[in-house]
Amino acid sequence: MKRTRVPPAIGLLAGLGLLLFLLPLAGLIVRAPWNQALGELTDPTTTTALGLSIFCSLIATAIALVLGIPLAMILARTRGTLRNILRALTTLPMVLPPVVGGVALLLAFGRRGIAGALLYQAFGIQIPFTTAAAVMAETFVAMPFLVIAVEAGLRSLDHRYEEAARSLGAGYWRVFTRVTLPLLRPAIFSGAVLCWARALGEFGATITFAGNFPGRTQTVPIAVYLALETKPEAAITLSLISLVVSVAILVGMRDRWLGAL
Amino acid sequence: MSVWSCLVNRVPFAVAALALLAACGQPSTPSSGPARTALTVFAAASLQPAFDKIGGKLLSTQNIATTFSYAGTQTLTTQLTQGAPADVFASADVAHMTTIQSAGLLHSQSVLFAHNRLEIAVAKGNPKGIHTLADLARSGLVVVLADPSVPAGKYAAQALAKAGATVHPASLEQQVTGVLSKVTLGEADAGIVYVSDIVTSGQVDGIVIPENQNVIADYPIAVLKSAQNQTGAVAFVDLVLGTEGQSILTAAGFQGV
Repeated sequence: MKRTRVPPAIGLLAGLGLLLFLLPLAGLIVRAPWNQALGELTDPTTTTALGLSIFCSLIATAIALVLGIPLAMILARTRGTLRNILRALTTLPMVLPPVVGGVALLLAFGRRGIAGALLYQAFGIQIPFTTAAAVMAETFVAMPFLVIAVEAGLRSLDHRYEEAARSLGAGYWRVFTRVTLPLLRPAIFSGAVLCWARALGEFGATITFAGNFPGRTQTVPIAVYLALETKPEAAITLSLISLVVSVAILVGMRDRWLGAL
Repeated sequence: MSVWSCLVNRVPFAVAALALLAACGQPSTPSSGPARTALTVFAAASLQPAFDKIGGKLLSTQNIATTFSYAGTQTLTTQLTQGAPADVFASADVAHMTTIQSAGLLHSQSVLFAHNRLEIAVAKGNPKGIHTLADLARSGLVVVLADPSVPAGKYAAQALAKAGATVHPASLEQQVTGVLSKVTLGEADAGIVYVSDIVTSGQVDGIVIPENQNVIADYPIAVLKSAQNQTGAVAFVDLVLGTEGQSILTAAGFQGV
């Protein structure tokens, strides 16, 4: 079969679109202070921010797995209006400006927030400005990626395997852990990786809800933002690290995993 | 349908939309007096209440419409050195103005136009009983400061050093208004801000810091070399330095020059 030729205009526009992605990457690589990169990499500000970012994003992903998979299971079972409402609620953080998410978190879990006030008055616990706040902000923004991936996986699941297991006498939890979860592995994996990547990059909700303090709430994106004003070399180096991590995620996932979405 | 016929069909709508936009952009004031010009002012976040008023004055008297970009002085400095277009720069310290001057971005020498002092912002009624800078070192108190890269953060660190107080801040904000909002929202028990922030906020109480521990912030202003509207920029600076501007600044809690 002969393929239709793509008009030059489409090619041109596609090229422009590609340039928009390529040039900023080139800028980072060209302007990187390669001779100082190692020094910046071992700078306490950098290592502290990196360590905190990895810690927070992994915890956020773990929480997203524990809460997100059940949420996806409920979503996959519902139909009609209820499903639409639940869906909209879970995907809202994906489209909401992260700063707005941060403000909302503050109004809910802050010391005077609708839930935070109870927590503060009853136990003296204040969430904002703590690492827990950074984790919560990341979970809030990143969990939808996992829920959507797992829900899609559940909907395309061949339920005959579960029925077969059940007919052979396996209980609910046995079927879930031995049949459902293994079948869902690709969806869970790709969802978790996307969720983790989004958590790692979280900025707006974190700085609004958790503030900024080195070693406690200053994650890599916040450190990049601050360093740009005082130590641009450090900002570029940290940006490069984030770039390498992102590329590694894409390479690691390849089409096979992304295809599960 | 080809791309062309699609475009051609849409052209009348595009023209209509543009005409509508142009109509919206027309100055609504009558044509008496000078034609409206636009002005861009980069100003330290703490200047917002006073400068918004000065901008209003400039519009009503000289038909100059000012757009303000308020942020931490250090943020504005980075943006300006990266080539952000602006007519006037008002900084919350001399150091950042010097950076801009060294970068060759000033049209003329900067001038000091206001001073500001530090004060401790606390919740209305001062429920935590904070009276001195040393009180901020108390354990269990949530204190928020501006980042040391922000002028207000630098001044706060100096004041705390003078008072011999070691504070463990919960957060280091990117601009002094961030400190104020954390206290206003009740998330922080105290924060070190400018007197002007407290005067114009009205939602927090200010605890005076004694003279021997306080730090005086100097605010310089200058017309930028990249100014598209030199006349308007000079008019703005003149207004700020004039009697009217100075009284607006004083009313907003600043000290005049």
